[in-house]
This record gives sequence, C-alpha cells and structure tokens, in this order.
Amino acid sequence: MRERCLIIVTLMSLVSLPLWMGSDYYINIASQILIWAIFALALNVLVGWSGLVSLGHAGLFGMACYTGAWLLEAGWGHFTAVLGAFAMTILVSAIFGALSLRTRGIGFIMITLAISQILWGIAYRWIGLTNGDNGIIISARPTPFGIEMDTPGVFYIFTLIVFLLTMLIMAIFYQSPFGVSLRGTRDQSRRMSALGFNVWLIRFFAILFSGFFSGVAGLLFLYYHQYVSPHVLSLLNSAEVLLMVISGGTGTLLGPVVGAGLVVVIKNVASAYIERWNMLLGVIFVAIVIFMPEGLVPGTQRLFRWVFSRIKSIGAAIKSEAS
Amino acid sequence: MGSNVLALDGVSAYYGDSLVLQEVSFSLGEGRLLGLLGRNGAGKSTCMNVAAGLLSPRNGHLEFFGETVTEIKPEELAHLGVSLVPQERRIFKSLTVYENLAVAARQPPWTHRDPWEFSTVFAAFPRLGERHKQVAGSLSGGEQQMLAIARALMSNPRILLMDEPSEGLAPQIVMEVIDTVSRLKEQGLSIILVEQNPKLVFGIADDIVILNSGRVVLTGTAADLNPKNLDLTEYLGIF
Repeated sequence: MRERCLIIVTLMSLVSLPLWMGSDYYINIASQILIWAIFALALNVLVGWSGLVSLGHAGLFGMACYTGAWLLEAGWGHFTAVLGAFAMTILVSAIFGALSLRTRGIGFIMITLAISQILWGIAYRWIGLTNGDNGIIISARPTPFGIEMDTPGVFYIFTLIVFLLTMLIMAIFYQSPFGVSLRGTRDQSRRMSALGFNVWLIRFFAILFSGFFSGVAGLLFLYYHQYVSPHVLSLLNSAEVLLMVISGGTGTLLGPVVGAGLVVVIKNVASAYIERWNMLLGVIFVAIVIFMPEGLVPGTQRLFRWVFSRIKSIGAAIKSEAS
Repeated sequence: MGSNVLALDGVSAYYGDSLVLQEVSFSLGEGRLLGLLGRNGAGKSTCMNVAAGLLSPRNGHLEFFGETVTEIKPEELAHLGVSLVPQERRIFKSLTVYENLAVAARQPPWTHRDPWEFSTVFAAFPRLGERHKQVAGSLSGGEQQMLAIARALMSNPRILLMDEPSEGLAPQIVMEVIDTVSRLKEQGLSIILVEQNPKLVFGIADDIVILNSGRVVLTGTAADLNPKNLDLTEYLGIF
C-alpha cells in the first residue's frame, strides 16, 4: 500500500512537472534526464542483467539518430523515419552481437568499443554521407495525433510517456522467463548450457533488445536537439552512459535512472557554477565507488536498512531498561 | 538389469595438456544408481563434466540410450534428458528460489507419470517452498544443495548426475540429501552419484565404479564389492 502511494505521488509529480518547474530550461533538463535514462536502461540490460559490459553503445544510439535524420532529410515522413531508424539499429545491433559475442570480459569491451569507433569514424570522415562535423539538422519534430511538440512542456510529456513505457517493458522483461534465463547466463553460463539453454542465442537477443531501446533513446535525442553530429557516436557518450548505469546501480531498474539524473544534472546545472564540473563528476563517482560500490540505489537501500535496524535496536534497549 | 542409458567407452579427457581421464569405461543401467568413488583428483568430476557435455573427450565416445555421441553440446544433452547437480551447487545466487526452479522447468516428452513441477518439488523440499521468494544466495548450504537437486529435477530428467552432493554439509543434512537420493532411485530415476565417502555410497548404490588417477580401477555391483570384504585402501588410498 505504501509502495503504491509512493508510485502514485511520483507519477503525479512527474506528470505535473511542467506546471511547477517554472523555467523552460529545467523542463528541458528533465527531458534530457528521461532520454538518457532510457539509454541507460537499455545498456543496463547488458551490463546489469547479462554481465556483458559494452563500451560501444553510443554506436547503436547514434545509428538511430543518423538513420532518422537521413530519412527525414531525404523527404520521408516521421513514421517511415522512425521505422527505418529502428530497423537500422536492430541490424547494427545484430552485427554488434555476432562479432562481440565471440569473446567475453575485456575482449567484449574492446570489440564493442572498436565497432562504435568505426561508426564514429564514418560519421566524422565520410562527409558526403554525414556532413561530417557539421552534422545534420532536421526541420521539425513529429506531430503525433496532431499534437505539436514545439514547446518544452509538450515534448517533456511525450518523452515521459516513452520513458514510462520503457520502464514498464523493462519491469516485465526482468520478471519474464527470458529475463530470468538471461540473469541465469550472467550468474552461471555453463550451468545454463547444462540446463538446455543456448547461451549465445539468449545473449544475442538481449543485445537486440538493448539495441532497440538504445534506438528509442537515440530518436528522442534527435527530436530533442533536431540535430545530430558525430559526437553522439563518441567514446565519451558510451563512457557516460556506462557511468550512469554503474553509479546508479547495475541490475536494478531505478539505478540507471538515478545515474542518468546525476550525470545530466552535474553536466548541465553544476557546470553553470563550477568550471571544472568534470572533476566534480569524477570526485562523486570515486565517492560512490568507495562508499556505495554497488551503486547509489542499492547503497541507499542498504543505508536505510542499517539506520532502521539501529533505531530498532536502540528502541528495544530503551524499552528493556525501562521495564 | 535394464538396458544402458549412459555409457562411457574408452574416454580420455584433458584439461589443456594434462591428461585427466585415461580410457575410462563404465555404464549406467536404466533405473539404477551407480556410485562413482575416488579420492581428490581421481577424475570423478571430470567424468561428470564429460557425461554432461561440458568437456569433450579427446578419445573414446559416449552413448546415450544406445546412440553413440561424439561431439555434443551441453544444451543438446540436456534436451536428451541428462541433468547435472554440480559440485559446489552452482545455483543462480542472484535469482530467487522460485526463479532458480522456473528457469529449469521443462515437460519433455518422456515425462513419467508424476512429473516434477512446483507443487511436487515444494512437497518434496518444504523448506524451498517456505523460502521461494528468497534470493538463493541467502540460503544455508544445505538448502542451496536441496535447491540444486530440485532445479535438476524440474527439467524432469531421465539421467541425474550428482557431483558430491554431500560436500561441505553438516552430517544431519548429508543424511537428508542421501534420503532424497534414495527416494529418487525408488521412483525409477537413473542416477550417477559421485562421492568421496564410500560408506554413504555403498548404502544406496546398485553399482560401484572406483577411479584412481584418472583410470577405472574397480567396477562391480555394490553387493559384490561389500566394503567389509574389500580392502578399499588399495583402491582409494584411504581408510
């Protein structure tokens, strides 16, 4: 009951955010947090639930951005652009999976990094196709059901709906037989083989699933900025989203969302006050690793449990002394 | 004795360049319990890994239900009805007890009259039923062992390979595990039980195979090889 109340209050606060936030700047920050949270949730499927650390997810994110931008530039409608972007992201995810799943551990990290760097190189150097560092500008956001998304508030609500759907799908996925078997491959891959599972195929589908939601985040990013440049494919983007997942708590549903909030707020808000905001982010990350190595969400839960047990034991001691 | 459900024929296996099994041959009859004995490093667990498809033999071959198998993947063997209760349990520690069982649940075509499903497993292992929402890593050693056995049963196997299920458990829990193995045998399951403790095995096994330094040094029925009439020191280097 208490949990349900908390969820309802959180939802109400999120939905009404454009009304009470006041400034368009902060509504846009909220939209950015949601977009990065979707991306971090997508990466969490691999890092948290599959035990596969990818340092090239910006490649998938960026492919959705570029494909959507190309198709819109070529005169196609938003519907076709979105479908095309998903198809391309899933195709690139399949290539990612086929190549990277030949290895594990450090090899997996390096192959995902190498593939995303190839995509970054293409975006940066193949100027005829990508317009190079100048990037591609798209002229307009879509108008689903005739609703204009030009204002920050409306775009935020649209992003929130996509984010909540992503959370719901991720929660269902986590509990589903496929989700359970995926977590089984993370814990004991040999055991899963001995139980009759094709571990490679399970991981491959997980990469496709993760790639799809990276594409969702990429498209939202494209529509938010109405612009795409090679920066979206950069190693920095891959590292940042990985930082979000690890700092929030891998394998949890809320962790990547909290991590995305932390990084986006420091990047956009703290950077207005502190010139060396990268250093602040580094210090916070080191502090998380030292004090809450499991991430902010599981670490805070642990802290609360400890505080409650201390309060309980002190209460019991006072009671026994009084009697 | 019924027909053989599993046989190792002249199997040699290596870990890298180290020869661990040397031309090992033995067979498991249908509905029988074979006790595989040997001291540390004798090759018992390697035999189990070969039988479960986790390690490919370099020479020799395996037979399942009369069919010769040379190269087979562990997932294919599992679909043939082979289930392994591994050494050190190897449960999925971050999954709940229920999820550990759900991930293994299968109703294959050979399923016997009383298939293993959640209700029957929880009836056989009540403590798992009580803790079905608990994360498996938080169970006690004995409960984890029960979960490893229950997980293997959820796939309704035809052959159960048990690799030292009593390892690291308190004596009372060991007896519970052995009782469970006896019940499974009575239900007609074909079992290979790997153990270091001959006293446990001779009490319930139909057949005995003793390994030493990667070779089969003694085979026979448990009745013929009664430890009272046999100097096991010669074969096991213990007692």
